[in-house]
Amino acid sequence: MADAHRAAAPRDASAPLLAIEGLEGWYGESHVLHGVTFDVRPGEVVTLLGRNGAGKTTTLRAIIGILGKRRGSIVFDGVETIGMPSRLIARLGVGYVPEERGIFASLSVHENLMLPPRVKPGGMSVDDIYALFPNLRERSRSQGTKLSGGEQQMLSIGRILRTGAKLILLDEPTEGLAPVIVQQIGRTLQRLKAEGYTTVLVEQNFRFAQTVADRHFVVEQGRVVDMIPNHDLDANLGKLHAYLGV
Amino acid sequence: MTTIFGVSVQALSGQLLLGLINGSFYAMLSLGLAIIFGLLNVINFAHGALYMMGAFVAWILLNELGLGYWWALLIAPLAVGLFGALLERLLLARLYKLDHLYGLLLTFGLALIIQGLFRQHYGSSGLPYVIPPELSGGQRLPFMFLPNYRAWVVAASLVICLSTWLLIEKTKLGAYLRAATENPTLVGAFGVNVPLLITLTYAFGVGLAALAGVLAAPIYSVNPAMGADIIIVVFAVVVIGGMGSILGSILTGFGLGLVEGLTKVFYPEASSVVIFVIMAVVLLAKPSGLFGRSA
Repeated sequence: MADAHRAAAPRDASAPLLAIEGLEGWYGESHVLHGVTFDVRPGEVVTLLGRNGAGKTTTLRAIIGILGKRRGSIVFDGVETIGMPSRLIARLGVGYVPEERGIFASLSVHENLMLPPRVKPGGMSVDDIYALFPNLRERSRSQGTKLSGGEQQMLSIGRILRTGAKLILLDEPTEGLAPVIVQQIGRTLQRLKAEGYTTVLVEQNFRFAQTVADRHFVVEQGRVVDMIPNHDLDANLGKLHAYLGV
Repeated sequence: MTTIFGVSVQALSGQLLLGLINGSFYAMLSLGLAIIFGLLNVINFAHGALYMMGAFVAWILLNELGLGYWWALLIAPLAVGLFGALLERLLLARLYKLDHLYGLLLTFGLALIIQGLFRQHYGSSGLPYVIPPELSGGQRLPFMFLPNYRAWVVAASLVICLSTWLLIEKTKLGAYLRAATENPTLVGAFGVNVPLLITLTYAFGVGLAALAGVLAAPIYSVNPAMGADIIIVVFAVVVIGGMGSILGSILTGFGLGLVEGLTKVFYPEASSVVIFVIMAVVLLAKPSGLFGRSA
């Protein structure tokens, strides 16, 4: 199954890990992304905020390469990925946690955890992941979809941590979960940040986003229209409310 | 003479054995169809023709290269599997984005072409294939005579089906297959080479058909129509068991073989339609099949 790793071009440490410029994307005939531009520095957590249908999820799908048609530039770790199939993008070290969580019903919890191949050295061990999410160890032999929503979310994040991916694309990890689970996921994201992971987080709940992120990009009608550093978020609440329509 | 419901035990056990033999082939063929349908969403109408090719490869190996039955068991599935891999890469792979109907039409056309080529070259009368000496003869059981080769076919089919089930349910490769059957896009987004997995799955499914063809060669005569004869029943088996269910297709294959055998004993007139009657009833009562996931 292994595809050869593409050699990354040499780059300096201050360069962004992910640089997106003029990204356009389509679902079938409908043009959804109209020139998304933003970048993410190594070790940073950024969020994409915006209303439903603004193009946040579509942007993540474009980064991992599962959007039907895309144009523009997505440079990850010095490699242009716009024309690559998703499996090669994943092999560069990009991990994807989809909004619907993508837990496989025909696989046990443990099989779900072991499914994504290791793409880079330095991924977490299975014991570390079970230590991070003890519920998963207890239920490792259950069918994947028999887990609660929160456990499925942990499994969906946990299986990516095994692979050695350096960039994690997280699509609405807190959606529909109880506050205590949301807190646990928040602590997990802070821990991952401390360990040097880089994260792009799509989030509706900006109160949650505020607890983990460095910068917030506001997405509107398929474009990034604003960037708010996390420390300025409170000062910009009025503006943000206008963007999100809350 | 001992009788059960007015039928002699000899007749009953003889027909049950015949049912079990037929069931062995139904199971191996419907298993391959189910795996292929699960991942590719293609109803592989060429399956019968590829089963027939397996039998012909065995005949050709023996009569033109002097390689016997045991070699054929190894070489025929590999050769036909490779042929299947080429079909998938060159033809089927172009159809996945279209309606299922196109895959069905393509494989149906392929089946006709393959059958036509073999009929052109080898005629339609059927070629004999002798039972290998190690498996000739039989055992005299208290209630019937059991030919060794037939016992071997049932045992081999059980082992093949069980190994395939274990491969799919218990190995890493099987986990990729199950996951890609559910959501190929996401499995690809994890870095797995899904197109390669699809090619291997198709090759494996048709390899199973060819293996069944080799096992069938000494029982039925090797002829170009042998696949077309059996595949209609196998499709009924797949519909009854539920498209895409692995264990379901194995159990249904053996079970319906036995039902067919029993019908031959108690009401011979119905033996060739009983499977289709069951299919109609199952479609009315449970359209997704006995073991199928409801859509």
